[in-house]
Amino acid sequence: MKEFRPETQLNDTLTSLPPSGIRRLFDIASKIDGVISLGIGEPDFITPWHIRNAGIRSLEKGKTQYTANSGLAELRREVTVYMKRRFGLEYTEKNVLITVGGSEAIDLAMRAFIKPGDEVIVPQPSFVCYGPLAKLCGAKPVYIQLKEEDGFKLTPAALKAAITEKTKLLVLPFPNNPTGSTLTGAELEAIAEVIRDTKIIVLSDEIYAELTYTGQRHRSIASLPGMKERTVIVSGFSKAYAMTGWRLGYALAPEHVCAALTKLHQYAIMCAPTASQYAAIEALSAGDEDIEEMRREYNYRRRLIVKGFNDLGLKCTEPEGALYCFPNITSSGLGSEDFCEQLLSEEKIALVPGNAFGESGEGFVRASYAYSADHIKKALEGVARFLEKRKGANRL
Amino acid sequence: MDNEILELLDKDSELTAKDIAVMLNTTEEEVRSQIDRFKAEGIIVGKKVMINWRKTSKELVTALIELKVTPQFGRGFDQIAERFYQYDQVKSVYLMSGTYDLALQIEGKNLNEVALFVAEKLAPMEAVVSTATHFVLKKYKEDGIMFESKQTDDRQVMLF
Repeated sequence: MKEFRPETQLNDTLTSLPPSGIRRLFDIASKIDGVISLGIGEPDFITPWHIRNAGIRSLEKGKTQYTANSGLAELRREVTVYMKRRFGLEYTEKNVLITVGGSEAIDLAMRAFIKPGDEVIVPQPSFVCYGPLAKLCGAKPVYIQLKEEDGFKLTPAALKAAITEKTKLLVLPFPNNPTGSTLTGAELEAIAEVIRDTKIIVLSDEIYAELTYTGQRHRSIASLPGMKERTVIVSGFSKAYAMTGWRLGYALAPEHVCAALTKLHQYAIMCAPTASQYAAIEALSAGDEDIEEMRREYNYRRRLIVKGFNDLGLKCTEPEGALYCFPNITSSGLGSEDFCEQLLSEEKIALVPGNAFGESGEGFVRASYAYSADHIKKALEGVARFLEKRKGANRL
Repeated sequence: MDNEILELLDKDSELTAKDIAVMLNTTEEEVRSQIDRFKAEGIIVGKKVMINWRKTSKELVTALIELKVTPQFGRGFDQIAERFYQYDQVKSVYLMSGTYDLALQIEGKNLNEVALFVAEKLAPMEAVVSTATHFVLKKYKEDGIMFESKQTDDRQVMLF
């Protein structure tokens, strides 16, 4: 009998997706002892105790069964109250679907809208999942390369240029991972103005909405006239409440769209984890202070790391949100991947090459500040030594 | 900003004025002068390292002592408290509400030393009505710092 290789039967689209560049670098990092990493994109805080305790209490009470497909009614209600309180958005429970992390909500929104042949506009640098998920739905991702001189913001001109009659969906990933850029009300309005006359759906990934630092609260594009009815907001508990491992997020969408997302979710997932949902009720109803405390701590570290990179001559546009800064490393004379690999092998410091987040990330690295001030200072000292050595070498 | 400087130092006394200035978006001079003022006004009264002596070879016993005392006319409890806190063995002294008046934290090499200190130095004082000695068996958390469970960074590398 001929040898059967099941991997040859895999979906072509899936097998043709490039492996992540970050994975390779971190495989190297995992083999080195004592690596000082600024590579990880999740809070270093653990979930506040009262929230964990709510999860535990739900288990003690035997809440171990499925919930409604769309999530606990109380949780969905709390999400609407929270969105009104924190962001001034009016939704009802019928607009809320509780998902397994924000990631599931992104996947659902793509699958619910995209037909093969559609185009999906994805500004980059950005979180790595949008393009691959769009491709798996048979769509063509159309990347907009955001520029440092624009503060890595999406401009109406760039958006207009990317729109064709096949455009189905615009991904709006702000506050942005990895650049930390955010959009102001006026900047959002300029984008909304381009979208309003079209049939384009906006997938607004607002997972970092609570983590903004320049005094301006995050503004959702759904808050602008005529936009709520064409926007799916994706958010979750991971970043705001340090709940990554609970795997809980949500989608907010117009009622009929939310019903369609729920249908998909029902077939693929059934419902989000029950204990996580009970913990999340506690988070939303009594967690505003936790957010504030963590946000303040991140802000201290953000200022430390941005000043640190700038002082080293690695110019860093001020990140206004999320958990990352995105210094320009071209002055080192190295490309993103070489910079990260050499920094890792020489100084045992792990950063993420900017081009992992898209073409326009080349020449940059992503540094997370979800680390203690002490840890950040140690890492910066290592980067300083690394650059110093290169200066010496260039002179020779 | 005053309280922010204090809160930062409360969590990490090793932060330099320079770091704090960056973290609070102000100047190093400003932070220095604030810290000097805090010291002059007795707001910052000292700094120390938290040590879990249980993990060292040093012999150390801690006890919490509840004291009922007779307050003195015109001076209340302050003068009595002073007579206690002058002892090196007395690490903390608090005036309490409730069923007793003063709470003392005492350290000694062993149970006997602590017991003798209470019996010979504290109990005989005129103002002392009664004492109750509670030995500390294990310290789990002190001043916001966990003593017995170390948080490790278990975060996994993800693709973002």
